[in-house]
Amino acid sequence: MLELRSVSAGYGTFQALFDVHLEVKAGEAVGVIGPNGAGKTTLMRVISGLIRPSRGSIAMEGVDVLATPPHKIVSLGIAHVPENRRLFPQLSVDDNLKMGAFMKEARGHYAERLEVVFDLFPRLKERRYQMAGTMSGGEQQMCAIGRALMSKPKLLLLDEPSAGLAPVVVQQVFELVKRIRASGLTVLIVEQNVQQVLKVVDRAYLIEAGTIRASGSSAEMLASDTVKEAYLGV
Amino acid sequence: MQAFLDIFDIYLLEAVINGILLGGVLALLALGLNLIFGVIDVTWICYAELVMIGMYAMYFMVQYYGISYFIAAPFTILLVAILGALLHYLVIAPLLTAPPINQLLATGGVLFVLQSFATVAFGIDFRNLGIRLPVLAFGDMNFSYARLLSFLAALVGMVAVYLFMTRTFTGTAIRAISQDRQIMALMGVDTKRIYLITSAIGGGLAGLAACLLVLQYDVHPFVGLSFGPITFLICVLGGLGNFIGGFIAAFVFAEIISLGGLFSDLEWGYVLAFAFFIVMMFIRPAGLLARRR
Repeated sequence: MLELRSVSAGYGTFQALFDVHLEVKAGEAVGVIGPNGAGKTTLMRVISGLIRPSRGSIAMEGVDVLATPPHKIVSLGIAHVPENRRLFPQLSVDDNLKMGAFMKEARGHYAERLEVVFDLFPRLKERRYQMAGTMSGGEQQMCAIGRALMSKPKLLLLDEPSAGLAPVVVQQVFELVKRIRASGLTVLIVEQNVQQVLKVVDRAYLIEAGTIRASGSSAEMLASDTVKEAYLGV
Repeated sequence: MQAFLDIFDIYLLEAVINGILLGGVLALLALGLNLIFGVIDVTWICYAELVMIGMYAMYFMVQYYGISYFIAAPFTILLVAILGALLHYLVIAPLLTAPPINQLLATGGVLFVLQSFATVAFGIDFRNLGIRLPVLAFGDMNFSYARLLSFLAALVGMVAVYLFMTRTFTGTAIRAISQDRQIMALMGVDTKRIYLITSAIGGGLAGLAACLLVLQYDVHPFVGLSFGPITFLICVLGGLGNFIGGFIAAFVFAEIISLGGLFSDLEWGYVLAFAFFIVMMFIRPAGLLARRR
């Protein structure tokens, strides 16, 4: 479904990604793990068009993502839940969700998608007229994921969904990811919480200093010495 | 003594109501300016000059070509909306990432260009529509139909903007954009397009104000100076970019002008209003309803 070939990217003179190859097949859940500053967020931003790579190619279902203007990439079926959620804090939950359905293709399905999202997150329905910025971290994360789902994506990019949340809430978020997966959505998830994320994904990539160091199925990654020593604290 | 008080009360009530009527148009102008500032983060110093061009458009259509007022008005609104979009496209867009002082100077330049253009093209004569609307007598109080009509039309204009901003996808995007500009692309929003639409709405509001003000005031190239500065003060008093603050501040200002005019000359009303503004800037420098961040 999604294919990155030799992607290099950075900010100004700082290079964050070096020759990254990555593939996500339809129906898969794929994790990207690695330490802080390894380039995980940059990877997500390159896919959704927030930054343009200096080299390489990205294809979504055969369509050249780099030839698509950034605001049209969501129309290719890629929805990005950014790091730190990035809700519109002074808009209501309803309005935040509405923004998720902004693109022309999604407006027609607005009511129907709203129902899907409220089914998945009954909490959001209770809070629909509340300012998004006044909700708890967990509720905000639900809202951010809900907003991304409003566009009826094929591929969901999740950037650190557990960051800054209380341990109980982290559990809930990973439960949600499982349910979203079960609904048939393809998921690419970036996480520092390695132990948790390897329970929900089929495969994972380990990224360090902007380079893919290892990849394999969740079981292989869990068994790998590199991953064990550096991230699982075993 | 009692007779004196009766008359005084009637005049006071009349002044209060006239203040409210004046506040409607000022609120409309403040909304347009606040919209541009709140969404695009630039200040259109030349906002009142767009109104001036709109007033000339009304004058020429109605007086020169004999088009009826109510047919000319939508054309004027459309014309000034296009002017607003052009102003954004030609002047603001290239300066979006420039320091605010450069944007301010550029729109200040447009102000002089528009004033000079009007002087060269239309001369410095004072012109009016020649429409004399009757005066409505209500008991001992007198209200001009022009003011009443302006107030109602301004209210309709503001309600229309409110509905657009709250009910439509584009309106929601306009409210969202200042809260997080970078991620708008993730929502499938083309920020350039939203800026252009916002500028056209801001221009359209100036156009509507022009249609209303031309009923009460003569047009001349410097007519913008009569309500440009006061619109800025209202926006600043209400908290720049704060729609509700601007709305309230417009009526506060209008009442000060109107009541001040009752106790003395109209000019003293303006002096009082400006003095009030200066005092308020010491008490609440960020505006009546400062934007909470």
